Amino acid sequence: MSGAGIAIPAAPSRSRRMWRRYGLAGIGAGIVLAWLLVALLAPWISPYNPDFVDVANRLQPPSAAHWLGTDALGRDCLSRLLWGARVSLLAGFTVVLLGALFGTLVGMVAAYARGWVDEALMRLTDLVLCFPPIILALAIAAALGIGTTNTVIAMLVVWWPKFARLARALALVQRGQEYVEAAVVLGLKPSRILGRHIVPNAIGPLVVLVTLDVGNAIITFAGLSFLGLGVVPPTPEWGAMVAEGRELVEQWWVATFPGLAILSIVLGFNFLGDGVRDWLDPKARSR
Amino acid sequence: MTNRQTGNANRARPPVLEVRDLRTAFLTDAGPVRAVDGVSLSVRAGETLGIVGESGSGKSVTALSLLRLLEEPARIIGGEIRFQGRDLLAMPTEELRALRGNSMAMVFQDPMTGLNPVIRILRQLTEHMISHGRQTPQAARRRAIGLLGRMGITAPERAVTSFPHQFSGGMRQRVMLAMGFANDPALLIADEPTTALDVTIQAQILDLLRGLNEDFGTAILLISHDLGVIANVCRRVAVMYAGEVVEEAPTEAVLADPRHPYAWALLNAVPRIDRPLGADRRLTSIEGTPPDPLDLPAGCRFAPRCPFRIARCETQHPPLAEVAPGRLARCWVTQAGQVLPKAGGAGFAAPREARAKQEVRQPLLSVRALTKHFPLPRDSLFSPQRVVHAVNGIDLDVARGETLGIVGESGCGKSTLARLITRIHRPTSGSIVFDGQEIAQASAAAIRPLRRRMQMVFQDPYASLNPRMRVGDILAEPLVAHGLARRGAEARECAAELLSTVGLNPAWTSRFPHEFSGGQRQRVSIARALALQPDLVVADEPISALDVNIQAQILNLMLDLQQRLGLTYLFIAHDLAVVRHLCDRVVVLYLGKVMESAPSADLFARPLHPYTSVLISAVPVPDAAMPQAGRRVILRGEPPNTLVLPTGCPFRSRCPIARPICETPPPLAEHAPGRWAACHFPGAFDPKDMPARLGQPGPAC
Repeated sequence: MSGAGIAIPAAPSRSRRMWRRYGLAGIGAGIVLAWLLVALLAPWISPYNPDFVDVANRLQPPSAAHWLGTDALGRDCLSRLLWGARVSLLAGFTVVLLGALFGTLVGMVAAYARGWVDEALMRLTDLVLCFPPIILALAIAAALGIGTTNTVIAMLVVWWPKFARLARALALVQRGQEYVEAAVVLGLKPSRILGRHIVPNAIGPLVVLVTLDVGNAIITFAGLSFLGLGVVPPTPEWGAMVAEGRELVEQWWVATFPGLAILSIVLGFNFLGDGVRDWLDPKARSR
Repeated sequence: MTNRQTGNANRARPPVLEVRDLRTAFLTDAGPVRAVDGVSLSVRAGETLGIVGESGSGKSVTALSLLRLLEEPARIIGGEIRFQGRDLLAMPTEELRALRGNSMAMVFQDPMTGLNPVIRILRQLTEHMISHGRQTPQAARRRAIGLLGRMGITAPERAVTSFPHQFSGGMRQRVMLAMGFANDPALLIADEPTTALDVTIQAQILDLLRGLNEDFGTAILLISHDLGVIANVCRRVAVMYAGEVVEEAPTEAVLADPRHPYAWALLNAVPRIDRPLGADRRLTSIEGTPPDPLDLPAGCRFAPRCPFRIARCETQHPPLAEVAPGRLARCWVTQAGQVLPKAGGAGFAAPREARAKQEVRQPLLSVRALTKHFPLPRDSLFSPQRVVHAVNGIDLDVARGETLGIVGESGCGKSTLARLITRIHRPTSGSIVFDGQEIAQASAAAIRPLRRRMQMVFQDPYASLNPRMRVGDILAEPLVAHGLARRGAEARECAAELLSTVGLNPAWTSRFPHEFSGGQRQRVSIARALALQPDLVVADEPISALDVNIQAQILNLMLDLQQRLGLTYLFIAHDLAVVRHLCDRVVVLYLGKVMESAPSADLFARPLHPYTSVLISAVPVPDAAMPQAGRRVILRGEPPNTLVLPTGCPFRSRCPIARPICETPPPLAEHAPGRWAACHFPGAFDPKDMPARLGQPGPAC
């Protein structure tokens, strides 16, 4: 063989490449997974009942008995933090998944139907998009009344339009693809063309947006709770916990730990979302 | 003749570029891929060398290696590149940068992405003249304008102030060439410079390259997959296969008598427009695919596909050795003195008998006065509506069992026509009658039952199959949708059967499209079109994205299927040689109108419309014995845009014989039985009467 004797330099080591490719995404996935486990196991791992009021022990600093201290009503902050993960994650996932589902449906139908259906659906989307989302959600939540379900509904109303826009753009790209034209020529029904040919190929960037957006939804939900709209007391929720601690300057632990929890989960979802985006982009993958 | 003499005089001088044993590898996860594996070349001052090979043969990687433009994970792992006596591989990056675009220039394939869209042409042209310290800004401006004129751009003073998007592909390629020549390079490397262009524009650019080589003495390294293109410009050619040069010789010698079986296969896979058609329309194609670059065979790399292999080829790797004076080949067979046979197949036998069944019958498809206009989005609320006139009144008939070819340059409306006939688009007006049923304005639901009988094969084998479906599901889907097979075992069986119909392994139904090569995908695409047992198959450029050998395989498959299943083809292509080879009748389109329609043999033997003559003469022919310059007409300019339709004959702005009467549109009239043309002077134009380079502006420009 004529190539013998030519030294071929080694490619960068496998672990370095793996780190470059999956490092931050791995950390993100770890954080998200950890919080999911916490939410799932909250009843078993939390040391106290999160709603157990013990006024005698109010505003205790972190100690061996209460690792993260106690709040103004003497409830254990750690237990409330762990239970709070349930509400936050559930609200975040519900809003994003339902919003994405509805938005994608609207966007894909608009792109496939074109004409007046497209016009009508997109103008509706624009109508929602032209209000600042948090203010609109605030108004709707206030009108519906306090409560987790009502707040989630309010967020859903402002959440779907961005998915509709993205889904429409993606579907329009797919529509021009030759395999979609081939499906038309084969005489397939529009529902099948949409469901079997357009949606599966357009779904990638939507998955990325969903992953990135859960963190967003969690922080918005926490924000609404902070403003007093989200959960009904005494349900433990991170935004509401920060709100309870906001005037307690000396008792820093009451607001700090739920704040850090929000920070970590939002970061986790962002890292994970970036990773998913790189993973779905074949150009980035081959590097 | 003068060129030949200059070539001889140069032989004494040292080569501009000398490459010895160049090796470039891609360091991938799966192991090193040796894209270029021991290539040696030399280009002397003023010489023209062509590199030809199919995709993946390493020809583009060679070009990029020469300029050291490779990025990770590609790396040059061995060999030597000397440019004007200096070692390029040892040169610091700074010095190399000074060389690039200065004494060594490069023109790439895609003129659409080669220019920065936000910078005016002038600045892009002058930038590197000034930065290399060659010119003052004023002198650079004058030179830029002069160069653009030399490249055949009309009104260059005005053109330099444009932005790239205002230029067509051909114009941009001229700008790229002007940039390449701006600093009087000693060597121009052109990587598939005409592949993205139409045949008339390609002829202009090739003519330009030849002229520049003669006028400035610039050495040219031209890379192409098309031997015809190489034969037009280059005096020597290197044929590459699997990362190696397998034959190097003077171009005419390779064309007349290839000494490597791969060169032989390349030459014979292409139908030739300058040869009589044989009785057998099958083309010579070699089976198989290039070897896996991760697992190269121990012997000759071409041996597994070679029809001439001997025992030695399987075990011993042949060296590139002299087989005749000035001719190198990497082949044990020809090195032993054996001569490769003249190919049969593509027209070396007696002229084909006119295919009998031409009597008048009810046409299967009949199109009348068909138009399609695409409205563009308005710039603002009050600006006038602009409309792209894609198809402007086309009449044609397709008889059952025949193959109708549709040819024309890009933008002539041929793809739109295909999509109107298959009703992917709804026509603006006109009628389409398919087997007695009017379908031009029928609703989607009304057409659905007819879809079974009218199918389409698409151009891009990479885009026409849903990447997320298994091939078995792709093939079964239409059967299930039309109730021809039940979901499950029955549909799977049909899919396997279809795969074997198109010559693929029936066990491959569970594979995804990305596991197939381009040619195999196109077979799947054909199988999908055949699933519903159609009468008519509309094929929109089905082979133009494929390598020549794969083209031959697909064309042979289409011919077989037509004979076996009695199919009718509407074959859309820009490659005239292929159309001539495959089609019974041909329709020539220009600006969405029929220029000429005639039986294939008549049309190519004696075209009636001047546009047809020009198109035919622009086809590059891989035959150095044929003096190209005398034979071909190089058309001035480019097709007008389709936003505003020209009055009168659409071709008159470029027509070599246009006269005042052409301001009234000529009707499509029958000038001889079966021969229709839309021209006031049918048959009056003969390319042989015309001065050779019609489009060449004088030095004054």
